[in-house]
Amino acid sequence: MTDIPAKSPPSAARAASTAYLVIAVLVSVVPLLLVALNTFKPHAAIVANPLSLPTGIDFTNFARAWRGGHFSTGIVNSLLLSGSTVIVTLTCAALAAFALARRQIRGWQAITIYFLCATTVPIQLFLFPLYFVFAQLGLIGNFFATALILSAINLPISIFLLRAYVLGIPREIDDAAFMDGANPWQTFRHVILPLMQPGLITVAIIVFLNSWNEFLITTTFQKGRDNLTMTLGYLSMNGTYATDQGAMMAGAFILVAPIIVFFLVMQRFFIAGMTAGAVKG
Amino acid sequence: MARSLSIRTYHYLFVTPALLLSVAIVLLPALLTFVVAFTDWDGASTPVFIGLKNFSAVFSDPVFWGALFDNVQWTVIFLTIPMAIAMIAASILMNRKKSSAVFQIIFLLPYVLSPVANAVIWQNIVFDPVSGVLGYVARNWFPISNPLTDTRTALYAVAGVDIWHFWGYLTVVFFAAMRQTPEDQLEAAFIEGANGWQVFRNVTLPNILPTVALMFVLVTIFSFLTFDYIYLITQGGPARSTEMLSTFAYAFAFTSFQVGKAATVALVMSFFGLVASIVYVRLSRAELET
Repeated sequence: MTDIPAKSPPSAARAASTAYLVIAVLVSVVPLLLVALNTFKPHAAIVANPLSLPTGIDFTNFARAWRGGHFSTGIVNSLLLSGSTVIVTLTCAALAAFALARRQIRGWQAITIYFLCATTVPIQLFLFPLYFVFAQLGLIGNFFATALILSAINLPISIFLLRAYVLGIPREIDDAAFMDGANPWQTFRHVILPLMQPGLITVAIIVFLNSWNEFLITTTFQKGRDNLTMTLGYLSMNGTYATDQGAMMAGAFILVAPIIVFFLVMQRFFIAGMTAGAVKG
Repeated sequence: MARSLSIRTYHYLFVTPALLLSVAIVLLPALLTFVVAFTDWDGASTPVFIGLKNFSAVFSDPVFWGALFDNVQWTVIFLTIPMAIAMIAASILMNRKKSSAVFQIIFLLPYVLSPVANAVIWQNIVFDPVSGVLGYVARNWFPISNPLTDTRTALYAVAGVDIWHFWGYLTVVFFAAMRQTPEDQLEAAFIEGANGWQVFRNVTLPNILPTVALMFVLVTIFSFLTFDYIYLITQGGPARSTEMLSTFAYAFAFTSFQVGKAATVALVMSFFGLVASIVYVRLSRAELET
């Protein structure tokens, strides 16, 4: 990407566009800065002025938020739920992506179209019968059962992202492995999978974040005090802690800060995966 | 090495786990929704077939039409406001090659956070009349009321939070598409003396049109299904002024246990999503040819 040498925008337009970016940055970060600002303030100070700087650093908000948001339970459940979702999704999607990219099977077009339709299928179209069937089977609150639902939702987009990576691996490599006596499983495991690694990381990050943040399925299926995720535990504070905004802000901080750090570290993969499906050639 | 299974058999086995999972979780329950919509079912006892009664009950309920209207409003809002904000931001970033990476990351921050965190933060520290910034402004500078408690403004206030969370995604997607614009076309336009708007209108926009079309379709689909921010911030209130088809269906299923009616509303929502999905599949058909 080279800069256009011919002419740069006139200074008035340049100033206007700078102003636009500054406002956009402020709008994006101000609510998050308000959290950071008020995390260390007692309730009375927040009510007096939510815009004031903290006069001291008070960490007791965190202790009350940690208890009130049931974060000890939540962090375990969130990690189990998101971790299982990533493992199930990656396993199923990588295998399917290989098969659909190599087109050895009859009906690969039909299966591809099926997953294309599944990309945009409304959750509500299958949610209600699924819930009552799971309830009959005693699976409500079972993190692995919920992880299977989140995996099924994340599967189509994961398959298409990974399929693009397999398509980028020349078929001659499969043929060479075949000549060396490898069966398709060995080819997949020892040749294709290592070459797909950047794609696997991208999909893992996106699926992890999706399932960590997911609300509709999680709130419906992870019912019960012992089954709360971090987000659901924090949500249970909303309203009941209205008179302890210090704890509310500290809870938000606990929820938001690790995700922001995770995103900042992984942003390259994240942006690559986000734009891959949406930008056409 | 014995090749006991044919290559094709292996590939069938590779696609089986994904297909089984999707069929069990998505396809079969979706087909069940079609059946349940024609029954009276509380989710536990045996469903009773009642023909089209759910449909006539839902269609004669003014709340349903109010919810549908809210979804249409939501669609119109999301097809215009975040699209315009993102298009302008992405165009500006095209002239800021060095700093664009930093801006993208900042704009994406709200997008990567959970709806629960975003909704609760806005409720408590922005909107709340006691602890929020709006309350502070109302007490000290000029009187503004909490927009969430006014039936005329609640929908727009929730939409504002959702747009705040969503527009960065559109910006990053549009910017990625704009960067694919052939450099020689841009240069030719500048050499001919085209101004910024003319370059956008005649060079950039035609190049990113497939991406814009795809985003229009996806935003339309998601607007008819929107649930998280509404349910978290207003639960459809006050006085059902922010009721959406999704919250309407959810209440049928899990508050009054009229699963048949929930399924009926789900079918209606899905119908709008489906129309947009057909367009989406057609736009994505190139996937099959690559």
